[in-house]
Amino acid sequence: MRRIISVLMENEAGALSRVVGLFAQRNYNIETLTVAPTEDKTLSRLTLTTTATDQQIEQITKQLNKLIEVVKLVDLTDGDHLERELMLIKLKATGAQRAEIKRTADIFRAQVVDVTQGAYTIQLTGTSDKLDAFLRAIQESTVLEMVRSGVSGLSRGEKVLSSKS
Amino acid sequence: MLSGGDILIRSLQEEGVEIIFGYPGGAVLHIYDALFRQNQIKHILVRHEQAATHMADGYARATGRAGVVFVTSGPGSTNAITGIATAYMDSIPMVVVSGQAQTHLIGTDSFQETDMVGISRPIVKHSFLLKSAEEIAEVIKKAFYIATSGRQGPVVVDIPKDITSPTELFPFEYPESISMRSYSPATKGHSGQIKKATAMLLEAERPMIYTGGGVVQGNGSEELIKLTRTLGYPITNTLMGLGGYPGTDKQFLGMLGMHGTFEANNAMHHCDLLLAVGARFDDRVTNTISKFCPYAKIIHVDIDPASISKNVVAHIPIVGPVDVVLKEMNRFAEEGITKRTDRQARLLSEWWDQIDGWRRQDCLRVTTDEGSKVIKPQQVIQAVYKATAGDAYVTSDVGQHQMFAALYYPFTEPRKWINSGGLGTMGFGLPAAMGVQVAFPDETVVCITGDGSIQMNIQELSTCAQYDLPVKIINVNNRALGMVKQWQDMQYEGRHSHTYMDSLPDFVKLVEAYGHVGFAVDNIDELDAVLAETFSLTDKLVFVDVNVDPDEHVYPMFVAPNGSMRDMWLKKGVRT
Repeated sequence: MRRIISVLMENEAGALSRVVGLFAQRNYNIETLTVAPTEDKTLSRLTLTTTATDQQIEQITKQLNKLIEVVKLVDLTDGDHLERELMLIKLKATGAQRAEIKRTADIFRAQVVDVTQGAYTIQLTGTSDKLDAFLRAIQESTVLEMVRSGVSGLSRGEKVLSSKS
Repeated sequence: MLSGGDILIRSLQEEGVEIIFGYPGGAVLHIYDALFRQNQIKHILVRHEQAATHMADGYARATGRAGVVFVTSGPGSTNAITGIATAYMDSIPMVVVSGQAQTHLIGTDSFQETDMVGISRPIVKHSFLLKSAEEIAEVIKKAFYIATSGRQGPVVVDIPKDITSPTELFPFEYPESISMRSYSPATKGHSGQIKKATAMLLEAERPMIYTGGGVVQGNGSEELIKLTRTLGYPITNTLMGLGGYPGTDKQFLGMLGMHGTFEANNAMHHCDLLLAVGARFDDRVTNTISKFCPYAKIIHVDIDPASISKNVVAHIPIVGPVDVVLKEMNRFAEEGITKRTDRQARLLSEWWDQIDGWRRQDCLRVTTDEGSKVIKPQQVIQAVYKATAGDAYVTSDVGQHQMFAALYYPFTEPRKWINSGGLGTMGFGLPAAMGVQVAFPDETVVCITGDGSIQMNIQELSTCAQYDLPVKIINVNNRALGMVKQWQDMQYEGRHSHTYMDSLPDFVKLVEAYGHVGFAVDNIDELDAVLAETFSLTDKLVFVDVNVDPDEHVYPMFVAPNGSMRDMWLKKGVRT
């Protein structure tokens, strides 16, 4: 099952490599990974997605918690949560294609953020599923280049992941 | 005001470090100079950095204090890796200070530069790469705190050379205590869980206690003995846990696992309740995991939450220090035992009858050919046990001799049996024995080794000469890599691919060349006399080269693959 794990850790050199190393060492997989400092500059928040069984996910979270630099973590998929991923995609856009791409982008509430005579660059935000759906909707042959940010997320409601609580 | 080098040494003094095992080099010259200008901390100069880590490891296992190692950058650091991994696998507290290239040269492929923090990452509990001298005191405090608390382990502190330079001075203050928001190991177990677990223990019909290295490292032996005796239950120890419960006690069923006893493995298989303490359900213990303890409810006590339900799901998990948890369990058990019913007492006695039946198999009986003078490896261990009155510190290398030592030398106290259980590091035995001898100069320290293992760190005989370390080395010499050969006999139709040790040195001459005493023995009638003389030479290193039967196998041995714990080979060609 797909899981989103969000990790609050010390914003120190080497902390990220320990998390990534742990996954490699224990034969777990990382599908997406994002990391950046939080409002407290001494902390980073890392979000990763992985596919694992319940027993594996228990081990993954326990092993992550053992890392000295990990302050706290949460498996967002345990409860109601928000998840977002950003995609930038550059599409070949000439002739009739231009209107078609624009229409598809509108349906997905995507924005055209850069335009040239031959190409559109489109920005799309949403769940990973939505990004996947967009990719299915456009012609594969029109894709010149694309990049996805990986998943970020928060729990819904009052629940927070904080070093204080 | 002090230099970075002096701050490091002062910090180690404040931490109460008595001895450092190490080897100097370019990147640690400033540190070694600071070491030279003081006389509180002693230093043992090894011949190879791997041995320094094993010595620190042996020291730590015997004393319970963190072992400390100094190595230089590059090859000094990489040589230390095997010893760090050994300590990591067995959860041994150790602080390794490694030199690093100067800060401005890091990343330029400079001389003797290697990414020590990167290389050691998967085999350390934690590591630090220092950026300034101001950090040194706090990082050393953290390093010792992390290494010695919770589930213990090795910590690497990598120090670029410029940070220890004598030209820059900084104020020194050693922190009295340290707290880390991201690290707080459990200090007690969950009382509700402990109470529930104890109630379950008292209700069991076929109970079994299985304990590991966590009881030894966590100083839980005393409480474990109390609990086991209060309950009157059978107990087994893992390879790492031997000595955690007295090996000569009637409730002790011997070691369990791949080479465990017939009675311990059978009792494990048939029990209806298993209390696991400080053990991690290693594959060498469980055999096929799906067939492990098919009838048992499992209570698992461990300081490391990640060890619980990793390989085998625990019905009652208890995270906490084993000594504290067992103490609380004892309180509940002492009260509960008074309410034991006649029926429960009868069931327990029936369980013991069943166990005694397995004991009658006498699985460790040594068979010798009538009139033969050939020494069996098991007899060597039995003779050493007799010669040392069962009271020595015994270290071992890795292989058949290790299993024979574990099976034929019953340990009655924790911390006296010292071996590389998790990583299985050949070359561990001699330096580990040296570390123990440094900690306890007046105790008898025996290294049980083999002709393969001893040659992996034999250069340390020179260090023994320099520091007068009178360890006793018993070389169980079968002219082969015995354990690999045994597997080749059993699984590869006797094709001995590269397991003969041709061209062995004359070990007696070799140790004499280092200035030590060597004896050779190949006749069973002479063994006791040679060992008596060996142990009478209390101030000398004595190396006994014992020629043993090269064809002996270690039994019992799990039937694998797909076997359960009760499926064992009992001798050549005979299985359950």
